[in-house]
Order: sequence, then C-alpha cells, then structure tokens
Amino acid sequence: MSNSMDNLQKIKNSLKRRSRSETRFRLYGRVAIAIGLAAVLALFVDIVSKGHGAFKATYIQVDVHYDADLLGITSLADESQLMQANWDALTKSALRNKFSEVSGRRDKRQLYKLLSNGTGFDLKEHLVVNPLLLGETESKWLLADDDIDTYYKSWLDGEPYDARLSKKQVEWIDQLHQQGHIRLQLNTNLLTRGDSREPEQAGIYGAVMGSLLTLMLTLMLSFPIGVAAAIYLEEFASKNRFTDFIEVNINNLAAVPSIIFGLLGLAVFINFFHVPRSVPIVGGLVLTLMTLPTIIITSRAAIKSVPPSIREAALGMGASRYQVVLHHVLPLALPGMLTGAIIGMAQALGETAPLLMIGMVAFIVDIPQGFTDPATVLPVQIFLWADSPERAFIEKTSAAIMVLLSFLLIMNISAVWLRKRLERRW
Amino acid sequence: MKEATAATKTAKDSKSSPKQNLEVDQAQVTVGNRFCENPKMSMRDVNVFYGDKQAIYDVSVDIAKNEVIAMIGPSGCGKSTFLRSLNRMNDTVDGCKVEGEVLLDGDNIYHKNLDVVELRARVGMVFQKPNPFPKSIFENIAYGPKIHGLADSRVDLDEIVEGSLKKAGLWEEVKERLHQPGTGLSGGQQQRLCIARAIAVSPEVILMDEPCSALDPIATARIEELIEELSQNFTIAIVTHSMQQAARVSNRTAYFHLGKLIEVNPTEQVFTMPEHQLTEAYITGRFG
Repeated sequence: MSNSMDNLQKIKNSLKRRSRSETRFRLYGRVAIAIGLAAVLALFVDIVSKGHGAFKATYIQVDVHYDADLLGITSLADESQLMQANWDALTKSALRNKFSEVSGRRDKRQLYKLLSNGTGFDLKEHLVVNPLLLGETESKWLLADDDIDTYYKSWLDGEPYDARLSKKQVEWIDQLHQQGHIRLQLNTNLLTRGDSREPEQAGIYGAVMGSLLTLMLTLMLSFPIGVAAAIYLEEFASKNRFTDFIEVNINNLAAVPSIIFGLLGLAVFINFFHVPRSVPIVGGLVLTLMTLPTIIITSRAAIKSVPPSIREAALGMGASRYQVVLHHVLPLALPGMLTGAIIGMAQALGETAPLLMIGMVAFIVDIPQGFTDPATVLPVQIFLWADSPERAFIEKTSAAIMVLLSFLLIMNISAVWLRKRLERRW
Repeated sequence: MKEATAATKTAKDSKSSPKQNLEVDQAQVTVGNRFCENPKMSMRDVNVFYGDKQAIYDVSVDIAKNEVIAMIGPSGCGKSTFLRSLNRMNDTVDGCKVEGEVLLDGDNIYHKNLDVVELRARVGMVFQKPNPFPKSIFENIAYGPKIHGLADSRVDLDEIVEGSLKKAGLWEEVKERLHQPGTGLSGGQQQRLCIARAIAVSPEVILMDEPCSALDPIATARIEELIEELSQNFTIAIVTHSMQQAARVSNRTAYFHLGKLIEVNPTEQVFTMPEHQLTEAYITGRFG
C-alpha cells in the first residue's frame, strides 16, 4: 500500500517537471515562429518602404508648342521625316518658354536636364496619334529626369537629397512647386516599358514578358517530361539496380547548384546545338533541366501516396496497367503533381545564376514578343538594376522585387487553391 | 482416385501412431477429395516463391463449377497467396514467381499468350478491406463494364449497374444516391459495393480474400447470405480466418498449413471428421 502511495507521489512530482518542460518546449516553438515572422516582416517592410516610391514618378507641367518649323517636318504622314525630326527641340523650347529669364549656354543645359530626355519621343508618339495638334500649343505634364525625381521625392519626405543638382535647378523646382507645376503621378512606365539606361524611363514589362515566355516553355517541357518519368519509374519500371541508380541520380540532380545547369546550357544548347543566346528558348531549356528533378520527386511522392488498395481494385477488375494509371492513379495524384510543378515553377521564376551563363543578363530595351527574341527575366533585371550606379534605381530595384514577390505569391496561392479544388471532389 | 486413397492411407498411418506429430514432413501429400469431374479451375503442382522464400509447396486441387470453396489455415500459411495466384494478382508483387499449372476451363492462365486483362474479367476479386474507387457509386459499378466495353449504350449500362447492385443486395439502400461517392457508404455497404463491382463484369469465378475481416457481425451476416445467393451463378473461392464462416458458407473446405495444402474435403466432413490430424488440431483450436 505504502509502496503504491510512494509511486503516486513520484508520479505527481514528475508531473510538474514534465509540464514545465512541455511549456518550455512550446515556448521554443513560439520563439522560432516569431523569429521567422519577424524576418519576413522585416523583408517586406524594407522592400515596400524602399520600393513604393517607384510606382509614382515626378511630372512637370509645360506648354508644348507643336511647331512644324522647329521640328523640321512638313507632313506627319512621312515616316522618314518623323524619324529625323528634332523632337527634343519641342521640350527644350517649352522649358525655355517656362523659364524665360534663363540665359547662357550652361544654365540652359541645366534647364534642359529638368525633363527626361525621352520626353521628345513621348511627344512624337502623342502627336502621331493626335495629328491635329500640329501647329497648336498644349499644356502637358512631362516626365521629369531621374535626378529631379529623386530630389523631389526626398524633398517631399523632408530629407532633400540634392547632391546631383545645381543650386539653380533646386530653385527652379522650388518655383515649379509653388506654381503647382510639378507633381507626383502614377508611373505607367514602370509596368509598360522595357529596360532603359534612364531610370525614369526604365520599366520591367520586358523582364516580365521574358519571365513569362521562359516559364511557359519550362512548364510545357518539364511538366510532361517530369510526370511521364515519375509515372514510369513508379508504376512500370521494375525495381532493380539500374532504377535505383536512376533514383539516386535524380535526387543528386535536385541538389546540383543552379549555376552548373547554366554552364551545361551554355556548353550544350548554345555551343553545340547553336541555339541563339539570351533568348527564352535557351532559358526555358536550362530551367527545364533545373526543375525536372523537383517535379519528378514531387510527382513520385504524389503517386506513392495513392493507396495501393485502389490500384489493386482496378487491377482486380481487369484494368490494364495503363488504365489503372490513367483512370485512378493520375486523378488522385494530380493535385500533388500540380503543387510540385508550381513550386518548381516558383523556383524557376526566382532563378538567376544559370541565366547569367546563357546571356539573359544582356541589356535589352525591346519587349520580347516570342521565344526567339532576346530577353531578360525578372530576377536578372533586379540584379541589373541593383548593380546600376544611378540612385533612382534603388527604388526601382525594390519595386521590381515587389513585382517578383507578388508573382511568387500568386503562384503559391494558386497552388494551394488548385490543390483544394481538385481534392474537394471526393 | 488412386492418389487420394494413398493420401488417406498415409493420414491413417500417422493417426495411428501413438505420438501425434504436428510437424509437416517434406513428403506431405494432400488428403481428401481434391479433384472433381469437369472442374472450373484446376491447379496442378503450384509453387509460389517470394524471391528466395517459398510460400506455396506443390498444391494440386480442383474447384468445381458453382461451388464455394473455403480456404482456412493459420496466419501466414499461404492461403491468400494461393488465392491471389488464381487471377495473377501476384504479378504485381516484385519478385513473386509462380510455378506449376493453373487451369481455367482447361487453359493455363500462366501461358504467355494469355492476357491478364481477360483473365481478371473472368476471375474477379474482392479484397480484405473494402476498396471502392473514390468515385460515385454508379461509376464504381460501371467502371468494369466500361473498360471491357460490355455496355453498348447508356441504357445498357444503367441496367448492368442496377442488376449488379440488386444481386449484391445493395440496390434498395443506394438507389437514391447513385451519384454520391462510394466512399461515403458504411464498411459493410462498401464491401457489398465491391462485390457488386466484381459481378458487374459477369465473371465466372469470384475470389474473396477475407471479405468480412473488417466488418461487424451484422454486415458479415449480410455478406455471407450474399455469398450463398451468388453461388448459384458463380464459382467462389473464399479465404477466411473464421472457421464458423467457412462452415456456414462453403461446400468444400481446404486447410492450408505452412504453405502446404493439407486437406480438402466437404465442409461438413472437415469440421466433424477431419482426416488429417493437423486439420483436427487447427479446428479444435490447438493452434492457429
């Protein structure tokens, strides 16, 4: 009797200790989660706080006089005249009219620097669409130069950065601000244009298109190949040393640093098969090699998780192995396979290193229209901008990261959604 | 049958020995009436190996048309393995090898020209755990007829589904929800659904691998009734852990022990006057 009381007492004593250690263990878990969340939060806050400015750009209002003589053209229908016309003269004269007191070559040159040197081209496009404006005067908001943009934004935030401006330019901006002729407005260039040497004109549309084309090719190649390989290995191949060897190698491939795939792509696709460099085809091929192991591994796991009883039931009904796979295994494994594919695609979307090796790091202004147009991709664009000396590229870089992250978010959400939707059927 | 008499004699010899020997000796021969006229299936010297390990030793037995043969024996005696070798379900197991002859209406099912798809349409199977497809009740039944092209029209298919469910005694319970998932039924209903699915392709033989082991007594009783009804149209081989079940549903009972077929006799005889002392030891509960 006393013995069992002793035991009860021992158990009671140990209870406290056990519950203490459990509390401690839970605390560790909470701390770990808090650290993780804090890291993510810090990342997002930092990127958003740096990048949100890039979605707005500084514009200056000037009166543009579409003077045919100044342009040196006689007809808007003549393409060669339009090409040779002096479009910058329009913005220059507009600025001179606005600040008529400015004289002297040096001051004038500084004055011209208020506006982006791409505005002349913008005016050309505007005039071609609205030919009736020729000879007329129009009040227009024109894109400011990146240094002006940087200064104006920092000045609005109360910490003016004027290292790259002259005293005169600062005065002019002040003057424009008092007149209400300078303002921030939605930066459409960011999402509709390709890369540019001028930060205020640089956009990520080219990189987005490059990424889309590359990923489309990657998905079209790696999903069918990966799923076919996974199905064959799981359902048809006999288990022997050779298939073991293949399995080990697929797992190894998944761990190979991505730059090696880039080198492989350079050696095989570009040097041997003479695929043109910098194009989405070669990017897609390299990323396919990189994504394949991921897709094969996740697809095999999805196939393995299909209960063997379903397979037996179908085989027992006289279904051929092909029918077992097509009618039963695939539908049940598909959600897992798609999730794997999307995770693989998300990896491929963020991949930079292998693409550097195959020339997708080139400076490309034109928006790629097809698989054979030179292109760059989002992460490489981020790399390029982060590497640029102009201060205005800092916020552009963060903005591009925001776009990349939102693409990743969309992909991951759609993976979850797809999974839920396909699984809910039964 | 000369062989059978010889076997009976050996059994009698061993019975008469004062020391009961429960070991299976190498020269063990099956006792009882294992052969019959015009068998539906007949097995001759079947040996089954899993890799190096032999699971079934020289089993020879006939299954008559429209009979219910029960296979009993202690765990690991190879009765399930033997059953699965009758419609080549063992093909899917890596390293499994079957030697000997398994004849269905006189044709060897292990002949290289025979297509397992055809074989399994003729020899259906019901498994230990109910395993309906994660599809609707209708789709579960219609699957077999669809893949074998048995139904010429939608009406045909509806008829097959209704007929199979009626034969399996499930129609009244599910006719209102044919298009709901089969996995939503109770365990006993699921097993009857699996039986209905098996008979939808009108097989000649139905193999049942412990069909009631996952079910409660009431569901078990339903299935046993069903087996009795089905035996009018189908030849049934059933593996069971329950001797009572074997006694209730089968015409003949085969007793397996350590991969050897010890005795095959009419069920009544096996449970009242077993010929072999191993059978006797098993049914009286001395091991198993």
